[in-house]
Amino acid sequence: MGFRKVAIVGAGITKFVRRAQETGPEMSYLASKMALDQAGLKLKDVEMVTLGTAPDAFDGVHMKGEYLLSGAGGNNKPYIRNFVGGGTGVFAPIHGWMHVASGACDVCLVVCSEKMSSCHPHPQGAFLTIFDHTTEQPLKPTLIWIFALEMRRYMETYGLTKEDIARVAVKNKNNALDHPSAQVAEAVTIEDILNSEVLAEPVHRLDISPASDGAAAVVLASEDVAKRLTDKPVWIDGVGWNLDTAYWATKDLYYPRYVEKAARMAYEMAGITEPHKEIQVAEPYDPFDYKELHHMEGLLLCERGEAARLTAEGYTARTGNLPTCPSGGALGVGNPIAATGLMKVIEIFLQLREEAGKRQVPGKPRVGVAQAWGDLMQVGTVIVLRR
Amino acid sequence: MKIENVPVKGLSSDEYEKTLKISWKPTLQYAWDNGIGIGKYLQSLKEGKILAAYCEKCGRIMLPARAFCEMCFRPTDKYLPVKDTGTVNTFAICHVNWDASRLKPDEPRYIPAVIEIDGASPGQGIMHLLGNVEPAKVRIGMKVKAVWKPADKREGSITDILFFEPY
Amino acid sequence: MKERVAIVGIGVTGFSSVSPSISFKELTYTAAVKAYHEAGLHPKEIDSFITASEDFMEGYSIFDEYVPDQMGAVMRPVQTVTADFIQALGIGCMMINTGRFRTIAVEAHSKASNVKTLNEVKAFALDPVYIRPLKENADFLAGLEMKRFLEETGNTEEQCAEVIVKNKANALNNPYAAHAASLTIDDVLSSPPISLPLKELDAAKPADGAIMIVLASEKEAKALCKKPIWIRGISWFSGQGNPWCRDFAYADYAQLAAQKAFAMAGIANPLKDLDFAEICDEYSYKELQHLESIGIARKGEAGFLTQTGVTKLGGLLPVNVSGGSLGVGHTYEASGGMKVVEAVMQLRHEAGIRQIPNAKTGLVQSWRGVPTATGAIAILSNE
Repeated sequence: MGFRKVAIVGAGITKFVRRAQETGPEMSYLASKMALDQAGLKLKDVEMVTLGTAPDAFDGVHMKGEYLLSGAGGNNKPYIRNFVGGGTGVFAPIHGWMHVASGACDVCLVVCSEKMSSCHPHPQGAFLTIFDHTTEQPLKPTLIWIFALEMRRYMETYGLTKEDIARVAVKNKNNALDHPSAQVAEAVTIEDILNSEVLAEPVHRLDISPASDGAAAVVLASEDVAKRLTDKPVWIDGVGWNLDTAYWATKDLYYPRYVEKAARMAYEMAGITEPHKEIQVAEPYDPFDYKELHHMEGLLLCERGEAARLTAEGYTARTGNLPTCPSGGALGVGNPIAATGLMKVIEIFLQLREEAGKRQVPGKPRVGVAQAWGDLMQVGTVIVLRR
Repeated sequence: MKIENVPVKGLSSDEYEKTLKISWKPTLQYAWDNGIGIGKYLQSLKEGKILAAYCEKCGRIMLPARAFCEMCFRPTDKYLPVKDTGTVNTFAICHVNWDASRLKPDEPRYIPAVIEIDGASPGQGIMHLLGNVEPAKVRIGMKVKAVWKPADKREGSITDILFFEPY
Repeated sequence: MKERVAIVGIGVTGFSSVSPSISFKELTYTAAVKAYHEAGLHPKEIDSFITASEDFMEGYSIFDEYVPDQMGAVMRPVQTVTADFIQALGIGCMMINTGRFRTIAVEAHSKASNVKTLNEVKAFALDPVYIRPLKENADFLAGLEMKRFLEETGNTEEQCAEVIVKNKANALNNPYAAHAASLTIDDVLSSPPISLPLKELDAAKPADGAIMIVLASEKEAKALCKKPIWIRGISWFSGQGNPWCRDFAYADYAQLAAQKAFAMAGIANPLKDLDFAEICDEYSYKELQHLESIGIARKGEAGFLTQTGVTKLGGLLPVNVSGGSLGVGHTYEASGGMKVVEAVMQLRHEAGIRQIPNAKTGLVQSWRGVPTATGAIAILSNE
């Protein structure tokens, strides 16, 4: 049996902001409408819809998928919400891929939306209840604990300094200056990062992406439809995802083995055997600066422990051998969780079409990868796109 | 295709203050059944011991105690206490509360850590707090020991261990 | 459907009002062990895993974190859909139809007894701007819908009561059921009001329990088991998402899903082509409304069919022989799963004293509950 090919034919994205005037359904609508317009389609052309959004606790609505339905174009359509924590933004187009690749439909709308500012006093509060209710929550953990624990373990394993890590934030926040959606684009220096407030040693405030509101959407189409709609379809060549154990303290945090498993699944499907040579542009998830390095290694884009050195050498700059987070990433554009992941997929889509404007990486890239991470250091979601 | 003039308006603090809002504070209460594995684990903490589960097939001594081995997918064969000492796998020094509010300068800092417990299989750690130690003195690889609540104050919770301290 | 997909293993715990001796992980593990045993597979041989769950029903912000271990799915492709079990099953069918997956395990469970403020959680699903400030119990939407439905179709409260009496009596024959009872119409009609015409006995009571189902591609299914149950059609739809824009007299989502599922399965005359149906009966009137929306009953006739015994065990089209959500218990995201399990048992002819003779084809339907207009339908067959 031959496999059905699936292409991205349109993309839409909102501005990422600290507090949006618009509601979640309204942001979903704006991103969806833009994606449909770009694809030259109307909502009636959409056969099925899949929506990605992170915890209900942000928006303060139980069954958030149903709440966002009307904005995401789900009325009178097969509509479903997928949810793999922070990995959702890259999983959502994978979910859309399932819809089209299965033959269930030819046109699928994929929407991701997040309104974190609804959660008071701070969206951080929603993260207390990600820890095990019986064995961990009584210790009153914060989300930052687990990142600080992981960052230290990673730094210690390879003898990295905070400067090594901060270079990622500098690169991405600067890259974001050219992104129209960017919330926190800034020409910052390593000193700015190291001098920012210490939240949980070794994590400083500027090591972290901000809480944001925003939405993004893409339209996926089968081969026949895609070729009718555009002469520049971008194909979903490989998809992979993986979930590690909930007993997160029982595995070594220095390496994201679940990202490697997800990447291997996607690469196998895409026929990629030497990812560091075959992939020309990458958008690994960077909610914290060290995470980009962690994820580059998990994605097999470099040897373990090498990502920091490559970053220092400019290898991952927009003009480097492997431009990484040319969008500006979560650190620069902002981090409305699920929408961020889809923003990354959209960035690869634009880069491969050579339509990224000032952010365009040189060399006419043909293959790119986007990745997101989620849960308690557990989820890897990976998508490989090809021009 | 060009992505520009992206929609959505970000509100400044001032604009946000002036915006009409509806707020809702939900009363969400849960009472989770501990079940067999975690039930035994908590009972054991009350008795001043850390309980692990052993799987004969893979040979792992797993923490926290659990009713089944998730890798071999079979019931665990027995429960056994491990030591209340261990090694710091990684740690952080935290200056904020769970809701992102900042600790006051004179308040003690939280030092969460992943502690690999002696007697369990290599790598089998739990998250807990470190105490009785200068934050600057904490190191990965440091040996630590549990400091327990007095027996009559224990209630079958992870907080029956107050923290781990160097020894 | 591109390639036929079959159910090759089911695992189910019993359902009960409370389950204090077992954690949610252990509950799911119990169901998973049975499902894998039936399928003859170790979880390492399952290609991918799906859980249907909602965070606030679990009391976690990201429940997806806590699903892999008890499914034997550590370091495997696992996903959560915040949807009904039948929708999750539909995603599983899609994955197999991509040609890249051979076997999929689908899980859902309910630990509703652990949610101490269940009404508050339900109210938390209401639109925060338009509806929630009214500070009504979420069931008020069901009351509104029931009123409009009865008014427009001519079905009666007594006929709704017949549904409850039938389903709770059916549950007496189901060892899994949590809320079986032998009731009279008067018992129902005199039960305390919730949001009239909705009364206390009109609403299904929560139950705890877990379900896992293993799906396989046609080739795999034939190699794995003697009695594969084929999914001949499966579809889910959301109707009008905003409650204030809805036509409450009928269920648009059920009608849309039925049209598509019937087309996939080649069902022309549901009353004739189906041997039984498991219909969402989270509220009594919902069974009637769904029967009409699906096209099993004509508008205004579902109550009459119920009263005249067409939908009872032994009738022309038995509906909710399991006891339905009214009799077995309301299990939230697992609701559709309980009905799929019943259908599989009927189609394997393993349903014991409630077996429908010669059952060949059945329909299962679910709805995501107040305030949604989302539901799913699957057509299952043993041939």
